[in-house]
Amino acid sequence: MLRLFVLLFAMAIPMAALAVEPDEMLDDPVLEARAREVSKGLRCVVCLNQDIDSSNAGVARDLRLLVRERIVAGDSNDEALAFIRARYGDYVLLKPPLNTRTYVLWFAPPAMLVMALGVGLATLLRRRKKPDPRALSDAEEHEIKQFIDDQQAGENI
Amino acid sequence: MKRILAFLPLLVAVVFGGFFLWGLNPDRDPNEVPSVLIAQPAPDFDLEPVVGVETPGLSRSNLVGTETAVILNVFASWCVPCRAEHAVLTSLAERDGIRLFGINYKDEPEDAARWLTELGNPYARIGSDISGRAGIEWGISGVPETFIVSSDGTVLYRHVGPVVGEVAVGKFREALVQAGALLREDL
Repeated sequence: MLRLFVLLFAMAIPMAALAVEPDEMLDDPVLEARAREVSKGLRCVVCLNQDIDSSNAGVARDLRLLVRERIVAGDSNDEALAFIRARYGDYVLLKPPLNTRTYVLWFAPPAMLVMALGVGLATLLRRRKKPDPRALSDAEEHEIKQFIDDQQAGENI
Repeated sequence: MKRILAFLPLLVAVVFGGFFLWGLNPDRDPNEVPSVLIAQPAPDFDLEPVVGVETPGLSRSNLVGTETAVILNVFASWCVPCRAEHAVLTSLAERDGIRLFGINYKDEPEDAARWLTELGNPYARIGSDISGRAGIEWGISGVPETFIVSSDGTVLYRHVGPVVGEVAVGKFREALVQAGALLREDL
């Protein structure tokens, strides 16, 4: 079993390989790390479901260089991100921002979960509350008591 | 209340069904990257002419204060679809008299010059974007891309990919009519 996991892990490593080439990297490891952080949130506009760090597309490379340029120029991570967002729109962000256009996207899943839980809970509660049909009503209890009393009275005679 | 609840599954089915219908619509292209530029002023850029080509360079100021809406085409000699749409753009520029500007994206000047000599040069201005930085300012994802820019420098329309084929050309000409660059009779 362990061997299988090791194999799977080894197979996953090349997948995570980055497309960042040595000539793009910044000499300062702190700035480079920040550039990686920013790149992770940026979608490659050609291949769509990859971040720009793992894409070999020309535009992705240009965006990586641009991110580094902005960071070297003194931008914060958010400013560098905003710079690219101004040109490519929200679409370039892998994590969609929370705004009026994305309320449905963000709130529909929790809302559906709450609704499903509500329906489930209501069903369970209703099932529990339902009176036990085997129990006797007061009138029946009374009738049986009467009957037993009558029987006992009869035996005593 | 019970009766309303009975319709709930139907409602859910309709909502989901509608969503699937929308998602399965063959005309919808999920790969389409929406442009933030539409109805926005054209981005700032300033490009030198292509070395070895007579056509002057292109900057944002050339897009502001034009007589009518203009076409801005991003092309490259290494881009095969650009070759396909070249005839369409040439016809728009020469037959319909629309001003056509070009951004030569990430191209070697010699290759671009040879390409323009071979196919003809319908461009009134061409900016050489060797670094691809102007391309990023325009938010392009590849070449070719073609924009329609109004006389005051507002981006009106964006077409991703070559303007070829009846549907794409029809839509593009319709957009030109709406931009006032083409008369409806000529459609």
